[in-house]
Amino acid sequence: MRDAVKEAVAAAWSREWGRVVAAVIRQTGDWDLAEECAQDAFERALERWPRDGVPRSPGAWLTTTARNRALDRLRRAANENVKLRTAARLDPGPPPADQPGDRPDDDGLPDDRLRLIYTCCHPALPLPAQVALTLRTLTGLGTAEIARAFLVPENTMAQRLTRAKNKIRNAGIPFRVPPPDLLPDRTEAVLAIVYLLFNAGYAPGAAGPDQRRVTAEAIRLARLLAALLPGEPEAAGLLALMLLHDARAAARTDADGDLVPLAEQDRSRWDRRGIAEGTAVLDAALARRRPGPYQVQAAIAACHAQAEKAEATDWPQIALLYAELARMAPGPVVELNRAVAVAMADGPAAGLALADALAAAGELAGYHLLPATRADLLRRLGRDAEAAAAYREALALAPTEAERRFLAGRLADLR
Amino acid sequence: MKYLLLICSETADGFPGATPEELDAEPWVQEMTRRGVRLDGNRTRPAEDATTVRVRNGARLLTDGPYAETKEQMAGFDIIECADLDEAIEVAARHPVAKFGMVEVRPFWAD
Repeated sequence: MRDAVKEAVAAAWSREWGRVVAAVIRQTGDWDLAEECAQDAFERALERWPRDGVPRSPGAWLTTTARNRALDRLRRAANENVKLRTAARLDPGPPPADQPGDRPDDDGLPDDRLRLIYTCCHPALPLPAQVALTLRTLTGLGTAEIARAFLVPENTMAQRLTRAKNKIRNAGIPFRVPPPDLLPDRTEAVLAIVYLLFNAGYAPGAAGPDQRRVTAEAIRLARLLAALLPGEPEAAGLLALMLLHDARAAARTDADGDLVPLAEQDRSRWDRRGIAEGTAVLDAALARRRPGPYQVQAAIAACHAQAEKAEATDWPQIALLYAELARMAPGPVVELNRAVAVAMADGPAAGLALADALAAAGELAGYHLLPATRADLLRRLGRDAEAAAAYREALALAPTEAERRFLAGRLADLR
Repeated sequence: MKYLLLICSETADGFPGATPEELDAEPWVQEMTRRGVRLDGNRTRPAEDATTVRVRNGARLLTDGPYAETKEQMAGFDIIECADLDEAIEVAARHPVAKFGMVEVRPFWAD
């Protein structure tokens, strides 16, 4: 019984932390107080739930408890003539107008998490602070865990969070979902942060348990965004993309942690349920007929995921999708991926022409995947000496040990 | 909230490539004053006309020039009162100099 209750509290922590913090911030405008009161509410749950039972709606119980605690503390502070003005904010007259995401959910409470995520991802905050603040306030990951995931000392991360919260307060960054004229840009920025979180844990060979947690939290955030922004198919597209990538995670590295290329992955280790869910989310998004870069990238991932064997991959379709992506979000990395797809669809010579054009343009100088791709295409064309030179170039640039081992193996095979 | 807008150039020689018409802040001043957002402001003479004053041990120490030597130069300032940073950014972005130089948005201490 006690263990079951502990589990219920732990589950509520990962599911409800963001909502509890968001509700108290909206009520008081005080980010530190919100975190402290959320913490208190969970501690109280550990005391009370074993005795009284787990409430029917743990999120509502925790939010109400945290809000009452905040009220208490501000009243007491006001009585001491300290935070008078903060307390005055507790009685602000009419509440702010309803916004998307404010509809009461099945707990009967408005959901302030959308406000919270747009505020954390405000462009007046530096990007690393946006990332850290989103994780800290929305997912309840601790400062120490976030610091480990991003490989910075804990006090650096703590300072980053404190500075961001201070700037929100002192510079008057509003706690709200942006108005319609700002919304498209700001939504794009929020989705980019969530994708960045996902990739922090997804880099081949770089992922330890802390990074894996960040990746899992990114998927949780994408689910939340897709649910809170039903009119934005790109939010669902991002969720689908992340689900489809994550479904292949187990097959991406071998027992030594070495990178296994897509064509050589053991497809029986792919997570079929994840692929099915990602595909279903993508189909529902595409049905809205407002495609965007995340939906197209998810469609590419779905093409790969649906192929039973590497040889069964629909490369002409993937090459078309990359052309579409290059039109929507032009950039040299997309062009490089298109070169790979074209090589598979129309032969290595056609792909090499695109890759050589990129090398000549010089935009990807220093990016190891350009020489790695050229090396692979040259190898398939039987131009071994040029392939070896390109492998060596890639080897010198590759950022992770797993990638260096992979490239060194390919280079050795040539000889 | 009150914010100071620092209207700045990126180079010491002002705004090369911009015509006087393109830099004319008068329509912006009128609009923002009418809207009740702009409280005060002015153009400032270049850094070479500045004097920096320090008092140490009761003695006035004067230096010719600005307090910090940078290639970026302050060309003017405005004091605005806005609902929040988003409104302040919107007001700053519409200042004509934002297209050629830059505008720093600095919150005042709350009174």
